[in-house]
Amino acid sequence: MLFFVARRLLYLVPVLIAVSVLTFVIASLLPGDLAYVILGDQATPENVAALRHDLGLDQPIWLRYLGWLWHILQGDFGRSFRTGQTVLQAVSERVPISFELMVFAELIGLAIGVPLAIACAAKAGSAFDRFMTGSAFGMLSVPTFLSAILLIYLFAVELRWLPATGYVPFTEGPVANLRFMVLPALTLGLAEWPGIMRVLRSDMIAALQEDYIALAKAKGLKPSRILFVHALKPSSLTLVTITGINIGRLIGGAVIVETIFALPGIGRLLVGAILTRDLIILQGVVLLVGAGFVIMNFIVDLLYALLDPRIRHGHA
Amino acid sequence: MSGALLSVENAVVDLPTPRGNLRAVDHVDLAVGAGRTLGIVGESGCGKTMLSRAVLQLLPKKAKLSGRVMFDGQDLTTLSAEKLRKLRGRSLAVVFQDPMTSLNPVLTIGTQLIETIQEHLELDLAEARQRSIELLAAVGIPAPEQRLAQYPHQLSGGMRQRVAIAVALSCEPKLLIADEPTTALDVTIQAQILDLLAREQQRRHMAMIIITHDLGVVAGRTDEVAVMYAGRVVERAPTPALFKQMRMPYTEALLAALPKLDVAPHTPLPAISGRPPDPTRPLKGCSFSPRCRYSAGRCASEKPQLCSAETPEHLYACFHPIAARVGA
Repeated sequence: MLFFVARRLLYLVPVLIAVSVLTFVIASLLPGDLAYVILGDQATPENVAALRHDLGLDQPIWLRYLGWLWHILQGDFGRSFRTGQTVLQAVSERVPISFELMVFAELIGLAIGVPLAIACAAKAGSAFDRFMTGSAFGMLSVPTFLSAILLIYLFAVELRWLPATGYVPFTEGPVANLRFMVLPALTLGLAEWPGIMRVLRSDMIAALQEDYIALAKAKGLKPSRILFVHALKPSSLTLVTITGINIGRLIGGAVIVETIFALPGIGRLLVGAILTRDLIILQGVVLLVGAGFVIMNFIVDLLYALLDPRIRHGHA
Repeated sequence: MSGALLSVENAVVDLPTPRGNLRAVDHVDLAVGAGRTLGIVGESGCGKTMLSRAVLQLLPKKAKLSGRVMFDGQDLTTLSAEKLRKLRGRSLAVVFQDPMTSLNPVLTIGTQLIETIQEHLELDLAEARQRSIELLAAVGIPAPEQRLAQYPHQLSGGMRQRVAIAVALSCEPKLLIADEPTTALDVTIQAQILDLLAREQQRRHMAMIIITHDLGVVAGRTDEVAVMYAGRVVERAPTPALFKQMRMPYTEALLAALPKLDVAPHTPLPAISGRPPDPTRPLKGCSFSPRCRYSAGRCASEKPQLCSAETPEHLYACFHPIAARVGA
């Protein structure tokens, strides 16, 4: 097991390097010279040339990349030329918000998707199964901005149970914080459950055809044990994968949802950086988000090994 | 058939398919007494596995079963799901063909044994664990205590089949159904597994049904043999009587198709030519007649019924039984 973890960790290195190269190249390819952005339209060519030299922009791209990477390895991701905030400060302020949103959204998605998937697989082909599969397909096609607006209309405008927009840090008011989180998390969760449900349902239907399920029945086990232990465990690999990918995606912030509900998370930071051409922030955040995604996938790999002994022992 | 532990009476299994109704089991009568062994022999697709699933009441959802399955004084076809569940694994156990797929790959050997024991017997975890260790030792698995924490993929095929047998034996069943228990195994392992089954059967006084396509497996290991073809029992006899004088040409052909050691090299096997009939298109006459070298006259137009030869235990369904032809 230790060997397995070490090998997977080693695989992370080239992936992270590739992520950093891509991030840097994309940021460099964006139109608009950083020096012009900083100096504004009144800049003289001399000023621009001087600033470009100061920023190192007159150097070849690979040298600039290595310099950037060198600073990052020392923990210096750069700082915004607009706010003066470092990338790490900006990100660490916003990560808890996006992280909390992601956790709640994923929990809601799993809480709806998993029980429905099990119920549908157990009664595959029944009217209930067909209705839920159809509903999931319908929900899959509802964009988040639409469900967000409908939820706001229902819970904030009509029923007045929950606030529509805003945010209070958890440390300042746990209850208020949760009240602000419910609607955005629900919006995302409603988008997550159909995928979870459909994947787990089809995996479980396949597992229920297996010989070992026939044997489990022949052993006289309770239907609940057959369903939850013998069928669910071997079916959960794809579920873990898509949950991992969802979480990875949400680490980057749910841009639309954070914007609609005015949550100051990573997504808003990114949009802000793009709108103000804050390339240093943009580049740093994209790299950190990419790294988060990669690490999330690493955790998924570890969960695989926990769930399936054949992977743990290097048989598959 | 009174006094039998299991008796299957007039069993018919119909499977709806896109190509029409498939009659997998066609009016089968069978019986096994307590402590006795019945061999069911036939080609793939002859309905022997469907018959065993019918006994276990584990047929596919769409399958329809009619007839009676009397086990230990109860008709299994009328029992509630909960009562059946209490019977399966407890008095009625099964070993499947392929130990590579019949054990759950993500649960340990210990879990799969202990869950069965705790489901049916009033034992706490430590007692169930102890019993599992004894069972694994009884089926010839070395270092049984360490095996409990292992997963199926860490064991060889033969070892896995031993584990599957241990699971089946775990609650001292009255009847064990072994559905092609050695087909998926190496030849050298096959005899070991069959001997193990025979030994445990003797020790535990349980009845056993061995399902196989190999007449060699049932010879000497069963009290009675039923030969199935196209969903029907075509010959049934006490094992010695069957091998002494088989009546049904199909049985003879099955035996002839077994490879023998004493023939010259490169002699072609006398395989049965043709294929079994399409089960969704039943024949009017004897199902074996298109492939039978004795087929003549009414074979193609009339279905022979099971009737007895010189002894009432020896039944066969044939218009031209083998011995009767001699001298005729």
